[in-house]
Amino acid sequence: MIMRLAATLMLATLTGAASPAFAHAGHHTAARQTIAITNAWARETAPAQVNGGGFLTFTNKGKVADRLVSASSPVAPTVQLHTMSMDGGVMRMRELPDGIPVPAQSVVELKPGGMHIMFIGLKAPLKPGQSVALTLRFEKAGLVKVAMPVHAIADIGQNMGGGHDHH
Amino acid sequence: MTTTKPPSRGAFIWGGLLLAALAFGLGLAAYLGSEVKPQANAQSDGPGGPFTLVASDGKPFTLANVGGKPYAIYFGFTRCPDVCPTSLAKMARLRARMGKDGEKFAMLFVSVDPGHDKPKDIGQYVTLFGTPIIGLTGSEAQLAAIEKSYGVYVAKVPQPGGDYTIDHTAAIYLMDARGGFQNMIGHDESDDAALAKLKQLVG
Ligand SMILES: [Cu+2]
Repeated sequence: MIMRLAATLMLATLTGAASPAFAHAGHHTAARQTIAITNAWARETAPAQVNGGGFLTFTNKGKVADRLVSASSPVAPTVQLHTMSMDGGVMRMRELPDGIPVPAQSVVELKPGGMHIMFIGLKAPLKPGQSVALTLRFEKAGLVKVAMPVHAIADIGQNMGGGHDHH
Repeated sequence: MTTTKPPSRGAFIWGGLLLAALAFGLGLAAYLGSEVKPQANAQSDGPGGPFTLVASDGKPFTLANVGGKPYAIYFGFTRCPDVCPTSLAKMARLRARMGKDGEKFAMLFVSVDPGHDKPKDIGQYVTLFGTPIIGLTGSEAQLAAIEKSYGVYVAKVPQPGGDYTIDHTAAIYLMDARGGFQNMIGHDESDDAALAKLKQLVG
């Protein structure tokens, strides 16, 4: 676990992600929560493409399980938490109505091929160089603001590897 | 119990080695065979064939417009935030790795979402990938025809609020110049495996 956590943080450093955003629980919460957010980025969209996707990694160093309940952003009126699954070669994308659990002492990645933040009804296309402001609401850690740099649409997928058949 | 002499320990070891060598040989032969032979030959009864769709300029686009090249064809929709751009970006990346050979095949992106994606929109979308991709769509009937002939699964899934998303096959189909099925690149296939299939397509 520690190795995995270290690896994720290191990856964040290597990929030039901004310093991790930390979420601290409000002072009334019994167990103080800390969730680090790394690898945040959103994907470029075409002019008429009114939906877009964003990705990030949560690291819960605390001893208490948390849950991402919802997200919001000025770039789109609707922001949802989605998952994507492959089922017999068919891609299915679904909303996660119960949010995304972030268990204690864990790393949860939203990355291509898995879960994503879905921007619905983008007011303007997302362009590389731009940064998307995102506010996440966690059950215990409360509100966390994060900036998602926009990556060129063709730039991505490098580190997703698809390494299912290394001989 | 003692009437038959058990084979010597040496015989066991040599027998084991022989079996291992045999198994290795068979495995290697199977492996090489699968690498050399195309996984599926172009067949008239396989998926694929001629089609009529609509190009980004609104004009009809048929197999003849591909220009007598083999082609890679992918079905999706522009509102798909993840698997579609990932697949097209992968194709662009692989084509770049092929150098000059990358020009020997065409890339087609077919939007199966005529309700949202207008021809012009698809044309703009495909230009983002930095490699020539032909963006296409069609009428409901034209799309239904190509989905059927290429064996592509497409299903609209209503969303709360009245909109919909689309479940769809996420594989890239590799077709010969006559529209015959050659091979398929799965969504989670490694770049190296996919590249080998593309080289075979243009080889
Ligand atoms: Cu989504």
